[in-house]
Amino acid sequence: MKRPSSDKIAQSVFRAIAFSAIASLLLIAVFILKEGLPFILRYGPLQFLGRSEWDPSQGFYGIYPMIVSSLWITLGAMLIGAPLGVAGAVFLSEFVPKPAVRIIKPAIELLAGIPSVVYGFMGVMVLAPLIRGHLGGPGLSVLAASIILGIMILPTIVSISADAIGAVPNSYREGALALGATRWQAVHLVVLKAARSGILASLILAMGRAVGETMAVIMVAGNTIQFPHGVLDPVRTLTAHIAIEMGAATGMHRQALFATGVVLFVAIMLLNAVATTAIRQKVKRT
Amino acid sequence: MAVAVLGAATLLMLAVLVFIVVFVLDKGLPNITWTFLTRPPEEMGRAGGIFPFLVGSFLLPILAIAIALPLGVGTAVYLCEYTRETRLTRTIRFGTDCLAGIPSILFGLFGLIFFVDILGMGWSLLAGGLTLAIMVLPTIIRTSEEAIRAVPYAYREVSCSMGATCWETVRRVVLPGALPGILTGVMLSVGRCIGETAAVIYTAGSAESGIPTSVFDSVRTLAVHFYLLATEGISTPKAYASAAVLVIAVLLVNLTAYWMMNAFIRKRSR
Repeated sequence: MKRPSSDKIAQSVFRAIAFSAIASLLLIAVFILKEGLPFILRYGPLQFLGRSEWDPSQGFYGIYPMIVSSLWITLGAMLIGAPLGVAGAVFLSEFVPKPAVRIIKPAIELLAGIPSVVYGFMGVMVLAPLIRGHLGGPGLSVLAASIILGIMILPTIVSISADAIGAVPNSYREGALALGATRWQAVHLVVLKAARSGILASLILAMGRAVGETMAVIMVAGNTIQFPHGVLDPVRTLTAHIAIEMGAATGMHRQALFATGVVLFVAIMLLNAVATTAIRQKVKRT
Repeated sequence: MAVAVLGAATLLMLAVLVFIVVFVLDKGLPNITWTFLTRPPEEMGRAGGIFPFLVGSFLLPILAIAIALPLGVGTAVYLCEYTRETRLTRTIRFGTDCLAGIPSILFGLFGLIFFVDILGMGWSLLAGGLTLAIMVLPTIIRTSEEAIRAVPYAYREVSCSMGATCWETVRRVVLPGALPGILTGVMLSVGRCIGETAAVIYTAGSAESGIPTSVFDSVRTLAVHFYLLATEGISTPKAYASAAVLVIAVLLVNLTAYWMMNAFIRKRSR
């Protein structure tokens, strides 16, 4: 019998390794679902998602306030991050000379590496006292969390949007200019239209980051379990809820936290699927 | 007019980001002393230093990379060298994208249930390293894939025309050529591991421990220590100093990554 060549061995080894990412994803999905889903089914999905009391000692496990708070803070972060980030991406790709962009864009991307705990600390030391002093309330609030998250998602938005804008063929701009459009008209009527699915993808990915961010939010959102009545109220998000209670949780309580993880996992997967589709469409068209 | 608004938005964004770095360094640098960097903590971190946590923040990324690097580069080699675009490669890419989007708290939950509980590793360097390895896998796969694709096709043709097999070509020609690009991905991943808290706190542990002697020992990283300093109101000056050390470490690692990537691109475009 002929010995299999090292080439054949290498090929099968590489093929096996290539499944590592999918295998990890499946493992994560299976084990979080396995821990969380039975609880959701037993407690009742509507009860779990729709109830507003959370008190493990009484057997109340409702995460509705956390869902609403996560939505508020994510929306707030998008209201702050999206206009700034997209404006920055447009300005950098269309109106700044290339050598300057080569310094500014990596600098912005570099700042994506700053640990989220440091962003949270800035929120506690700088932003919360400002809000407390000028607007009232405890300072740690929906507003503080929205601003910090809005800043944290800027690098994602700028980087991916700028790539999308850069991928628009130059002939589009030249065509618009040749028809008598001003530089600005060419940009917002032609270039932005052509790049819109890429920009949209950057916003959805940023939204995923905002929904999933944990440590910075724990530090600045205040963590009170309640429905926000205004942007100055302290609230607790889904992610903060898991991280805060996991340390001491056992039994049903722990399963309920994994069930919260299931809700988060499903939300993030939906956002990812939409973003991936948007990016695919862009690739297909160009 | 509209352009001025865009410019103002860009300036505001840059100002905020620069402010954060300058503020942390300004408050933190004066509190960083030789003792702070080389001594163990005293009174929960109120006094003394951060040495054991620096060791934790050093070992954990190394372990994570040691696990993720062969898997990530292997996946990239398979995608680039051993197959064409098929449904399988699209599935692998989609899975990688999904994995990249998972928030770190979910990695933490998974690591807690799978590595810590089911596999019985307890809160340990190993459980934390495995969790972080999965977290950075997508980064390594993507950067390696880009680096491998950037190796000119002619190199492979020459190698094959001299009778080398596919595996020999990968080992002797493609991987050495892609190495700087792959290292960029490694450095970006190290930066992410150093700053990570949510995925680490329930897998590697948060107890104040000494220098680990095996992979089954629990470690507290600097990021986790800083989080505890800041949230439990232990010591604001020490918290600022730890934040400054974290920011400097992450910026240095990421700067190295960009420097290597630029060197790589320049070499390729020559």
